[in-house]
Amino acid sequence: MSDDVIGRWSTPVANLVERGAVRKFADAIGDFNPLYRDDQAAKQSRYGRMIAPPTFSRTFDYGTIEGFELQKDGLIHGEQAFHFERPIYVGEEVLCSMRVADTYTRNGGSGRMTFYLLEQKGESKQGELIFTAKMNVIWREGGAL
Amino acid sequence: MKRQITVGQELPPLIKGPISHVDLVKYAGASGDFNPIHTVESFAKEVGLGGVIAHGMLTMAYVGQLLTDFAGNEADLLDFSVRFRAMVRPGDTITCLGTITKVEPVASGLLASIQVSAQTQNGEVAVKGSAVLRFDQGEVDVK
Repeated sequence: MSDDVIGRWSTPVANLVERGAVRKFADAIGDFNPLYRDDQAAKQSRYGRMIAPPTFSRTFDYGTIEGFELQKDGLIHGEQAFHFERPIYVGEEVLCSMRVADTYTRNGGSGRMTFYLLEQKGESKQGELIFTAKMNVIWREGGAL
Repeated sequence: MKRQITVGQELPPLIKGPISHVDLVKYAGASGDFNPIHTVESFAKEVGLGGVIAHGMLTMAYVGQLLTDFAGNEADLLDFSVRFRAMVRPGDTITCLGTITKVEPVASGLLASIQVSAQTQNGEVAVKGSAVLRFDQGEVDVK
């Protein structure tokens, strides 16, 4: 990976927050909060509409950064942080992008480890920030552990 | 009646599971994370994990529910971060815990800082982290 990859945002990708996808996600995490599945109940809530669970942004497509691809095998998720300006609304379109904020390697007892600090953000079509996410993932050469 | 928010107050614990292999397949489908270490037993064994492990983000989602259940209709979740520690496997039951560590009045209401964790039935800490909820002005009493 070349150095000029660091800090460069991907071209934003429009993600439609589908009602069925939100319900399926809420089912998968066993969260039966009516805000995620019941239109009428959600209308009475502080948000006045259905929303997605806080970690739903995990499902979005954040686009690609030229010259950067994460190895899937042997990847460990170390840390995850979200900041929310507001919840994600069901039915809205979220423009998502990501960047590699930093990367470095360390030689551990079990081989070389590469650390990636990734940042993601989601914005409304009007350009209003909805959320940011930061994650630390570690790639260990030659295996999942 | 106004809610009471106090430093040291514990959130009602949230117990999830026992987690089944099917739960992991469902989360893989719903999240789009199809890494076979979470779903394919033979693959997970081959890479030395001794069997499939749960997605870290599934455990984080459980802790997210702890927070949004507590927020109810009176608060917004502003910040939420965790560090992933022990692995979670099928058969595990996860208990999500939270303690209020700080309350701070702001113009738009009241910020409550919360320390969170998720533990397995063996007392192993699967995730540990923190969150901030903002309660509406006038909805809570600070003790």
